[in-house]
Amino acid sequence: MATTAMPHSETAVPTAPAGLWSWVTTTDHKRIGILYGVTAFFFFLVGGLEALVIRLQLGAPGNTLVSAEFYNQLFTMHGTTMVFLAIMPLSAAFFNFIIPLQIGARDVAFPRLNAFSYWVFLLGGLFMNASFFVGPLLGSDALSVAPNGGWFGYANLTSTQYSPGPNIDFWVLGLQILGIASLAAGFNFITTIINLRAPGMKLMRMPVFTWMSFVTQFLIVTAFPVITIGLVFLMFDRVFGTNFYRVSAGGDVLLWQHLFWLFGHPEVYILILPAMGIVSEVLPTFSRKPLFGYAVVVYSGVLIGVVGWGVWAHHMFSTGLGPIADSVFSASTMLIAVPTGVKIFNWIATMWGGRITFAAPMLFAIGFISLFVIGGLSGVMHSSPPADLQQTDTYFVVAHFHYVLFGGAIFGLFAGMYYWWPKIFGHTLREGLGKLHFWLMFIGMNLTFFPMHFSGLLGMPRRIYTYGPELGVDTFNLISTVGALLTGVALLVFLANVIASRRGAAPGANPWNAPTLEWATDSPPPVYNFSVIPTVHAANPLWGKDRMDPAVLPATPPAPIHVPGGSIWPLCTALGIIIMAIGAVMHHHVALSLGTALFGAAVTVVGIYKWAFEPFEV
Amino acid sequence: MSHAAVAHHTSTGLDSRKIAFWTFIGSECLLFGSLIATYLVYQGRSVSGPTTHEILNIPLTSLSTFDLLMSSLCMVLALAAVQRGDRVWARVWLGMTAFLGAIFLGFQVYEFQHFVHEGLGFTTNLFGSTFFTLTGFHGAHVFVGVLWLLTLLARSFQGKLGPEKALNVEIAGLYWHFVDVVWIVIFTVVYLIQTTPLPTA
Repeated sequence: MATTAMPHSETAVPTAPAGLWSWVTTTDHKRIGILYGVTAFFFFLVGGLEALVIRLQLGAPGNTLVSAEFYNQLFTMHGTTMVFLAIMPLSAAFFNFIIPLQIGARDVAFPRLNAFSYWVFLLGGLFMNASFFVGPLLGSDALSVAPNGGWFGYANLTSTQYSPGPNIDFWVLGLQILGIASLAAGFNFITTIINLRAPGMKLMRMPVFTWMSFVTQFLIVTAFPVITIGLVFLMFDRVFGTNFYRVSAGGDVLLWQHLFWLFGHPEVYILILPAMGIVSEVLPTFSRKPLFGYAVVVYSGVLIGVVGWGVWAHHMFSTGLGPIADSVFSASTMLIAVPTGVKIFNWIATMWGGRITFAAPMLFAIGFISLFVIGGLSGVMHSSPPADLQQTDTYFVVAHFHYVLFGGAIFGLFAGMYYWWPKIFGHTLREGLGKLHFWLMFIGMNLTFFPMHFSGLLGMPRRIYTYGPELGVDTFNLISTVGALLTGVALLVFLANVIASRRGAAPGANPWNAPTLEWATDSPPPVYNFSVIPTVHAANPLWGKDRMDPAVLPATPPAPIHVPGGSIWPLCTALGIIIMAIGAVMHHHVALSLGTALFGAAVTVVGIYKWAFEPFEV
Repeated sequence: MSHAAVAHHTSTGLDSRKIAFWTFIGSECLLFGSLIATYLVYQGRSVSGPTTHEILNIPLTSLSTFDLLMSSLCMVLALAAVQRGDRVWARVWLGMTAFLGAIFLGFQVYEFQHFVHEGLGFTTNLFGSTFFTLTGFHGAHVFVGVLWLLTLLARSFQGKLGPEKALNVEIAGLYWHFVDVVWIVIFTVVYLIQTTPLPTA
């Protein structure tokens, strides 16, 4: 078979190829970043729609909008989608687009591996969501056989005995596939940041977003293998009848919780650290001041990454681990609030005395700080086991983690979207619509989640599809539902902004007058990023008396630049993996299942070999 | 790859593939760590036999462990031969490494089917589930390694494995040695340090 690698461009001014095929085979980190962003935003809307149906169901006591079974699917898929298909890949969109630009590189270390990560993520997300429509194909009476065991999938609720349908199989296989995408991206970005920095870009000159992403990648490559093993055990229990989570055989259902939260708590920091990095870029730019205590912010991020590995059992206080374990994990959980608090004070000190411009990115960054503080404080509350026993499995916890993940991660990611939009697309989002979006989302978010503190403390349990009027939480729930609808309107305003701004004027290289390297090159950047690789002399290369002379980056490259061509084999390999998963999900038809899985394995092997031996020079 | 050529003080000067592979090995440590930790947590908790002392054959497995350790020696010699451009010995040692890896797999296949014959299946008890999963994961890694080595051997016969490609062999070697080290841990934990027998009811 002839190679499909496109001819290498060695001309002085390489230009980006056009057409659908060039996107399917792309290995350009900027295009992959855009693909990640668009796909993840689509899944974010899907997850948001699921949340809206949940809120409509809970808007009144004894409501019958959805069945208990479908409600289980909705909250499971809402959680799973938001964590694995929305927040993580939205962060990955920025890793892809921004990190190589911030460190002065032409691309990531392994462009094809990067494309592979994206395709695996896309196909894995589609695979998991296909479960909403394929019930009859798998012998179920219901159309939807979406996962229904919660995003945490506690054993033995997920055992064949209690979940006989294909629902949990979709979840197990989907998460394993998404893990492959994250791991591959993790190896890629660690290598990129270690090895591809421009001359002078020392570690302690790296922008904080790159630093926090760096820590995040280490968390990904260490945390994902643990859940992979937990999922493998679950899959073996379900498919082959092994005994890992079978109490009658001596197994322990808490093994699942340990493996899941050993992954799950680092995962929390995987979700929030990139947003912290984004905010650390936006605040200095719109305060006209360098970040206060840069080194301390960096070290705090590293410390959060390290201590984040030692707090997992605070998710398990109610399982009765005993006083020693409870005390240790309570103490470590309180301890991890310290570096987080340090960061918050550093962000406030960055704004202190600055010349603040309340542009849309800045509003979202300030929104991030205020909402994250609320979520952080309720987090410290349930670091105490006696308090946690009152709060666990109630809406109080739902309020807590939505303040950190919606108020924190999502606000941070929106700050990043408004901030880097001109760099990525070559036009700025409209300021007026942006402000409207912010205020609607800020009010809607608080209306939704603040009352949940009260409904939770009054005893409203999580994950239950309805509640009775005697609980006294009707009004709180109605307010939450109104807030959720308002948040939905805010997202429509954002989409309107995206459409309305698309013909905006070219913003120039540095519309915000920001200090970091990605703003030195054009908006959007040329396919080769920098016409010459710049030499960096300071942590804020575009600010201060030593700032970079714009003339060091001529409009046309003075020497030929090699730009890697495209490749179809990453997509082929990803397709093989999905075919294997489709085979596995049909495990009740042994012959069909094995045949499909073997075909998928063959496609994967062909993809890997073609990939390994095609002529491709980075 | 041209990365090593543009080394400066904000780059390690190492080839990116090598850094990425070490990161991968770090990740694999957590994978096998979770498997081994589970095995240890579940040790001695099977409610029915057969378990460790009734079925594990230490002399036989010592032999296959020795075989795998020798394959690591062959791997070292293969890399040295490729680095000095010695095509004949490169092929001999690559072939030997793959061959010893395949023998190890043969031992494992024999052991597995012997255990099943003795009444220890994948689902028989907790020991069966943890044992077959842990050693099976390791065996799958050896299998991938053998395929990788055979691929390198084929490249050598095509005349495409000169000294300039030594890094490809070095990275395969990193993988092979890692898989070997994992086996030493598994052999120690599973075979050499066994739990006390179940009290017979």
